[in-house]
Amino acid sequence: MAGPEPLVNAPSTPLAIEAVGVVKSFPGVLANDHVDFDVRQGEIHALLGENGAGKSTLMNVLAGLYRPEAGGVRVAGQAVDLRSPRDAIAAGIGMVHQHFTLVPSQTVAENVLLGLDRPRFRLDLKRTEAEVARLAAEIGLRVDPGARVWQLSVGEQQRVEIIKLLFHGARVLILDEPTAVLAPQETAELFTTLRSMADAGRSVVFISHKLGEVLTIADRITVMRGGKVTASGIDPRGVARSDLARLMVGRPVLEALKRTAVEPGRVVLSVEDVSAHNDRGLPALRGVSLQVRAGEIVGIAAVAGNGQSELAQVITGLRACTGRVVVHGRNIAGRPSRVAIASGVGHVPEDRAGVGSAPNLSLVDNLILRRFRHAPVARGPFHDEGAARSKAQQLQVAYAISAPTINAPVRILSGGNLQRLILAREIDSAPSLLVAVQPTRGLDVGAIEGVHQLLLDLRAQGTALLLISEELEELLALADRILVMYEGRVTAAFDAPGVHHVDAIGLHMTGGAGAAPEERGAR
Amino acid sequence: MTIRFEPRGEAPPWLSPVLTLAAVVVALAIGAVVLAFVGGDPIRTYLHIVDAAFGDIGVLSDTLVKATPLILTGLACALAFRMRLWNIGAEGQFLLGAWGASAVVLWPIVPAGTPAVVVIPAMMLAGAVAGAVWGLIPGVLKARLGVNEIITTLMLNYVALAWIQFWVFGPWSEGGFQQTVPFAREAWLPRLTDFADQFPLLAGLTTHLGLVFALVATAVMSVVVSRTRWGYEMRLIGDNARAARYAGIDIARYVIVVFAISGALAGLAGMSEVSGVVHRLQDRISPGYGFTAIIIAYLARLGPWRVVVASILFGALILAGREIQPSGVPAMIQGIIMFCLIAADVLVRYRIRLGGRVAATT
Repeated sequence: MAGPEPLVNAPSTPLAIEAVGVVKSFPGVLANDHVDFDVRQGEIHALLGENGAGKSTLMNVLAGLYRPEAGGVRVAGQAVDLRSPRDAIAAGIGMVHQHFTLVPSQTVAENVLLGLDRPRFRLDLKRTEAEVARLAAEIGLRVDPGARVWQLSVGEQQRVEIIKLLFHGARVLILDEPTAVLAPQETAELFTTLRSMADAGRSVVFISHKLGEVLTIADRITVMRGGKVTASGIDPRGVARSDLARLMVGRPVLEALKRTAVEPGRVVLSVEDVSAHNDRGLPALRGVSLQVRAGEIVGIAAVAGNGQSELAQVITGLRACTGRVVVHGRNIAGRPSRVAIASGVGHVPEDRAGVGSAPNLSLVDNLILRRFRHAPVARGPFHDEGAARSKAQQLQVAYAISAPTINAPVRILSGGNLQRLILAREIDSAPSLLVAVQPTRGLDVGAIEGVHQLLLDLRAQGTALLLISEELEELLALADRILVMYEGRVTAAFDAPGVHHVDAIGLHMTGGAGAAPEERGAR
Repeated sequence: MTIRFEPRGEAPPWLSPVLTLAAVVVALAIGAVVLAFVGGDPIRTYLHIVDAAFGDIGVLSDTLVKATPLILTGLACALAFRMRLWNIGAEGQFLLGAWGASAVVLWPIVPAGTPAVVVIPAMMLAGAVAGAVWGLIPGVLKARLGVNEIITTLMLNYVALAWIQFWVFGPWSEGGFQQTVPFAREAWLPRLTDFADQFPLLAGLTTHLGLVFALVATAVMSVVVSRTRWGYEMRLIGDNARAARYAGIDIARYVIVVFAISGALAGLAGMSEVSGVVHRLQDRISPGYGFTAIIIAYLARLGPWRVVVASILFGALILAGREIQPSGVPAMIQGIIMFCLIAADVLVRYRIRLGGRVAATT
């Protein structure tokens, strides 16, 4: 037992679960340093913190995935030993992870049955489907129990995860960054569901780093930073946004971006009637046309899987397409990525570790990815390691990439540092067009601010930017124009977008006015 | 008592070479246990292996003769493995190289009596080209159609052997025996013993010019992989092909070219073996050099100069094989080394925690 009960007001409702003095370390990191955390019955408790604050570690302890080195977990006042997720679910604790744990080829009902000991022998899917439908209706979730998971949108898959846990008897539901994959309307719908579950006496732990959401949905808020709790169970009504941000980041945060007025110049990128297929061979882009001018940020708003990733790949030469992709008057559609690079197209890819970097190679090798063909790194056929190293050193300092040495493999870098490395490399190659896909996903508040400023500086220098993001706030803060994509088409355009456009943009992102949110994406 | 594996972050740079050496030591220790079990004296056996392989200049020379084809095929594998192209067809490419070199004198492509300065380079070229063609088949299939190179290279080994057998049993057979007639002296690679007239010390030493080919190839590959743009591009493709494509590298072209070069190196090994050692083509020309090469490339962790060291070790084991009863001992040690190397790889990526301490189980 470590530390006194930090709450001033005594809990009026019984506690559903408690974590007491949890300590959990990983090589080189103390992820949880004597953490206390409790959840009352029937409440929505938000756990707020930056990446690496220890939120997920704590939740994985509660979900039976990690075992703490010290401290323990109590359920309804009883100490329990959670050795596996199976133990946790038996104790009524279920967790929805960021990456779903569903079998795509199976139906919703089959997925719900996974991991259960019943039925013992005869599989009566019809009965399960009826049970699933009843459970879903109880909490206001709409899901077709007979649908196959791969046919469902991300939002629907999330609902299946929730129903699965409820079906398995979860009384406490832990959701790890559940809104990261959702459109605004889907988020609102999720919040309604969570509220109705809490009203029915279940408890919800809601992990997030988005202040606005937390203030909207939470009954209580716990903030973590650097493996410790910095605010425990505070009431959202008495706390300001800026205070929460300070508790989370450890210093005052003010997103004061220097945004200079730039008169857009000539057209740098012109996409004309481009169509392309996705990796599964299904149509992903259906006749997209758009233009980006020098000194302009054009934002693409879309729910994941509506063709925006394929659009970035088409422009950067990584995906075949029909139609024309004209950069500086030259059609590069269907040409290899080397041609796009030579035309001055920079690319901050969506998948940093999978596409944007070579994980086992050093910072040096990764930082010269755009420069190895040219002097000074290339001298004839030879590779000048000295020149590569001095370039890498220069970029590491200029962009504050924190790493033990420039020889370290980049896989040891944190997400934020890896993203800085990629941005450093792309910006340093002085692109005339930068295609940035989800440039701040997974970064913490301080880092996001830095990336936003870098993008605005590029714009001020006359670079054309195509910014593809699922964060509407980010697009509103940065973009001069926002285009909405839905099912592989540009369905709406907003000039000089502002906060008052959020509802309209959100509506178009989910398929236009009147369309139900479960309308399926072009995936 | 529990054993748990935890992923490591950054493995320290000394770890990999230390584990490689440890794997060899452990393999020798396991081999010693087996030897003791069958009633042998392990220490005497190992001393005998050392003596039989390095004991005097004569056997040292023989060890180098065995190491020569291993270096070339080892480089062939190491080069392909750097790009994560699993060329396990060095054996077949070796055989085709031997066949190509033989064709120069047996077909004959050059008339009898042509001087060595013409015959030898022609044989080198023919051997390398034949090996390269054998490498190009899986290379092109992989690059253009995405055919799994492990299957194609493995299967082509059997095709190559059948091809050799056809020629040595048929058109080139020496009176019905499964070998060809001996090559004329012009088709022999010079050996040290050939210079015994001037330097009597060299008498009886069979080390031949193929060793020089192997060392030159090692030096060239070492420079290419560490100091050229191609080396950088290969590193990139090997670590993350998607990142390489993103960087504008034409991966298909690299797959084809690297397979061709890999095949050419193995082909040159075959040429060096027929021209430097056997002086005729037989169907049993290789005791599995192309397969041992896989272990060598692995043991050398794909480093060209380390391939030379590993090849000498394995050359010694092969040589000692004819001295030791039962002669399966070196083959057993080879196998155990491979086994220990793969096991040691786990330790590079994971740390092992013993005992009741609670650790991550994900």
